[in-house]
Amino acid sequence: MTTDDRDLEAAMAGLMTHAPATLAPGVLAEVGLADRYARFDSPIGPLVVAWNGLGVSTVEAASDDAAFEASHLARTGRPAHRVDRLAERLASAIARRLDGDRRVRIDLDLRGHTDFERDVWQKALEIPRGEVRPYGWVAAEIGRPKAVRAVGTALGHNPVPLIVPCHRVVRTDGSIGQYSLGGPGNKRTILAAEGLDPDAMEAAARAGVRYVGSDTTHIVCLPTCHAAKRITAAHRVPFRSLDRAAAAGYRACRECRPSSGAVAA
Amino acid sequence: MDTDSPLIAALARDLDGSFEALVLAHQDRLYSIALRLLGDPRDAEEAAQDAFVRAYRALSGYDHARIRELRLRPWLATIVLNLCRSRLARRPAPGRRALSLDVPLPGDLEPRAEEAHGPVATTVARAAAADWADLLLTLPPAYRSAVVLRHVDGLSYPELAAALDRPEGTVKAQVHRGLALLRTSFEAAQRREREEMTA
Repeated sequence: MTTDDRDLEAAMAGLMTHAPATLAPGVLAEVGLADRYARFDSPIGPLVVAWNGLGVSTVEAASDDAAFEASHLARTGRPAHRVDRLAERLASAIARRLDGDRRVRIDLDLRGHTDFERDVWQKALEIPRGEVRPYGWVAAEIGRPKAVRAVGTALGHNPVPLIVPCHRVVRTDGSIGQYSLGGPGNKRTILAAEGLDPDAMEAAARAGVRYVGSDTTHIVCLPTCHAAKRITAAHRVPFRSLDRAAAAGYRACRECRPSSGAVAA
Repeated sequence: MDTDSPLIAALARDLDGSFEALVLAHQDRLYSIALRLLGDPRDAEEAAQDAFVRAYRALSGYDHARIRELRLRPWLATIVLNLCRSRLARRPAPGRRALSLDVPLPGDLEPRAEEAHGPVATTVARAAAADWADLLLTLPPAYRSAVVLRHVDGLSYPELAAALDRPEGTVKAQVHRGLALLRTSFEAAQRREREEMTA
């Protein structure tokens, strides 16, 4: 080997360089071994959204960074690294979803949660914007009609509120109920932003109205079902129970399926 | 020889728990390979990141025995090399630099025979890394890959043969040919520089 061969080889060896500091965190986030997080403005104030290559893992009220990183690590076992903003596509997908567009796909990273919890959250995803369902309805729909309390607990543990709309699940007695993302006040704000009137809903529930039928179609619905909202005042018939509706010759709506978790008179 | 043995054992045992160690151990080389093949730092970072992601997904599907048989260094090199190749293939064709080997040189101005090895060698040592990086990018891709993997990354010839999936004799020839082209190219650039100075 001549001298300049060795020099040439040394010159080539000198072209080894250091990877940018962003490379390893980028890889770990992409494969789902670490998360990124950023702040996101919502109708109920600033939120923190964390995500990785598998999907969104966390939505919660913004706290200070160190506290969030510690709780995220404790809950998921993954470090979270702050970035300036949500990835463009994710931000627009979340905005569209909050606007009521259910077709927009948002991948979720729900590793570490039970099948039951996932079933509950999946069912909550099916509730349209501007409508609510009772806890018992969710329990019945996922084939666990007796697990009403467990449904409430699973919804309370929803790691991605707003995206999985657990705010659309209310107590069987018609009251708004608890909310993990900053308490019941926020739940009312979000439901109002989605076009519902929480006060009127609760007032009707207190008056014993659990179902609403139309005397022209003889179909009975949950009160916030989009079909029920189209019934004019003159044709709106309130019911306390499905038994009474059935006795009056009404059949259950196939959209909102009021017989799931039905209340006996 | 294989310094990756403990890492491989850890990967087989607990992929999620040890994958970060793999990234940290190999990120400089995968990034450097990509940078020297592609020339653009952003492209290189994306290619290197993509390579690690593919490695992770592949490892997730491998059983313990298969992971333990892996030769991590050439395996990772192959992944990043293939990603760089497809990136290069997607790039719009032109845009080659003025340093191209194809530029004919006015050879009669300075007789080649009088150029001793000595002075070239010393200037070789002095040339900036950036100049070498530019020269490398003028090499035809097959030679560039071989030179980068052998002399930038430091793969052995058996590893290089595994990474490129070619016989050892072939990859050796590619490396030597690549280095020879580099030297010619370097000397041509030197000559041009001197001509410009004396013009």
